[in-house]
Amino acid sequence: MKSEPLVLGIETSCDETGVGIVRGHTLLADAIASSVDEHARFGGVVPEVASRAHLEAMVPTMQRALDTAGVTLADVDAIAVTAGPGLAGALLVGVAAAKAYAVAADKPLYGVNHLAAHVAVDTLEHGPLPEPAVALLVSGGHSSLLLVDDLASGVTPLGNTIDDAAGEAFDKVARLLGLPFPGGPPIDRAAREGDPASISFPRGLTGPRDLERHRFDFSFSGLKTAVARWVEARQRAGEPVPVNDVAASFQEAVCDVLAAKAVDACRTSGVETLVIGGGVAANSRLRVVAEQRAAKYGITVRVPRPKLCTDNGAMVAALGSHLVAAGAQPSSLDLPADSAMPLTVVTG
Amino acid sequence: MLVVVLDSATPAVTAAVAAVRRDDVEILTLRVSVDARAHGELLAPAIQGVLADAGVKPGELAAVVAGLGPGPFTGLRVGLVTAAALGHSLGIPTYGVCSLDALGWGQPGTVLAATDARRKELYWAVYTDGERITGPAVDRPDEVAARAAAAGARRAVGEGAEKYELGLAADGPRYPVPEALAALAADRVRDRAPGEPLTPLYLRRPDATLPGQQRKSVLQ
Repeated sequence: MKSEPLVLGIETSCDETGVGIVRGHTLLADAIASSVDEHARFGGVVPEVASRAHLEAMVPTMQRALDTAGVTLADVDAIAVTAGPGLAGALLVGVAAAKAYAVAADKPLYGVNHLAAHVAVDTLEHGPLPEPAVALLVSGGHSSLLLVDDLASGVTPLGNTIDDAAGEAFDKVARLLGLPFPGGPPIDRAAREGDPASISFPRGLTGPRDLERHRFDFSFSGLKTAVARWVEARQRAGEPVPVNDVAASFQEAVCDVLAAKAVDACRTSGVETLVIGGGVAANSRLRVVAEQRAAKYGITVRVPRPKLCTDNGAMVAALGSHLVAAGAQPSSLDLPADSAMPLTVVTG
Repeated sequence: MLVVVLDSATPAVTAAVAAVRRDDVEILTLRVSVDARAHGELLAPAIQGVLADAGVKPGELAAVVAGLGPGPFTGLRVGLVTAAALGHSLGIPTYGVCSLDALGWGQPGTVLAATDARRKELYWAVYTDGERITGPAVDRPDEVAARAAAAGARRAVGEGAEKYELGLAADGPRYPVPEALAALAADRVRDRAPGEPLTPLYLRRPDATLPGQQRKSVLQ
């Protein structure tokens, strides 16, 4: 009996150097080196700092993954790598490394779409994905709704943020409230002590006219500004800022819009499975709100555990494994890193 | 002993297979593509190509030799992560060579080696009979010209010396010389010296600005 393919995945699209190894849908290793601490004082990811860190971390992270999985490069059936979208200089480090490993070990190379990989990673936790499904991808760089007909051949974008990504809004509001970067975890924690109904912040692109043109699109820039104005007004009045209540009310506004539009997308597309991925999927409130809303319509919500939601190599390996199983054509060695890789492209 | 040689510190994306023998170094196969914007696309096929042309399997290689720059960061990293991953997966040592040294190598007299650092600056070093006496550094062309003159340079090599008027005749190689890269690492290859981490010669700090005062937390 032929065993399932052993696939290695490399991820360097932002500030995490990730190497994951899977066999079929089974996760064997998920090694990560993060440069997040180096970016914290800048209040956001600095591309050149991230790229330098990827170069330093690549070989040690690869070795850790191989050790954890108890395999060698010779055992691997294919090497997958994030080809885009992401930071151009950062992507290039992973793509170049993947090619070198592929040349040295004589293995097929699969350049894959980072966003599709965020969807595919759920198969490591919950098994094969029922297709079609709707995916909500929310992170510091992306906020997208996708219709997934077939992960191996392409996904259909339904909507996108028209300004800030959801994770970006968390970072900016965290800074406003004096909370550390990245802003997702501290806001999540502060919100648990606050009242989500205490302040009514705007829900972007949910008005009747917005829904005509931007039914599945998001906007978080206005929300961020509304939080800033509210906080400033408090300060001008010489009143203390209730950080927990602001965090809870802001988080509620984000989760409310994300969940409402995701469920609407499922219902419109006649889809019964909603997958949530990306760093913001690690937010505890988003999981709860999405499940509550989806349950009313018999929609199943699948969210991988938080460590698989943020950027990692396992998600790339998961998509690579899916592509190998589907008999997809490997990428050529002149595969470019594509910082603006469209969602309709799963392999480069 | 067979080694793969690569350099991506300049627009010349360079890959070669070299034989390092007891008394000499010979480039067996070579691919050079000049394109400042496609290092990531060009390098891996070039490596596969020079190996195939030489009839050499990756497993037959004894070491990887790579130019450490200085050079524009993104392209430079492509070469160094490629070299590091090749060395790692083949279990062979990696050796670094300053890419400017591979321009100054073998040049008689005192010469300036200069390559384009973009932003109207040059990466440069000065060599006397192939030995580096100043640099590597990154500076504006007028400063490079003054310091090269002070060091006694009479000629210049490297594409950077052609791009800017430095008061020196530019008559040598434009890009790091593959044979020089191999020769400069040859003793380490022959001695089976321990492999080295391939740390890029960045010479510049990352562009990054701390958040401005008005963007700081309003609660402070």
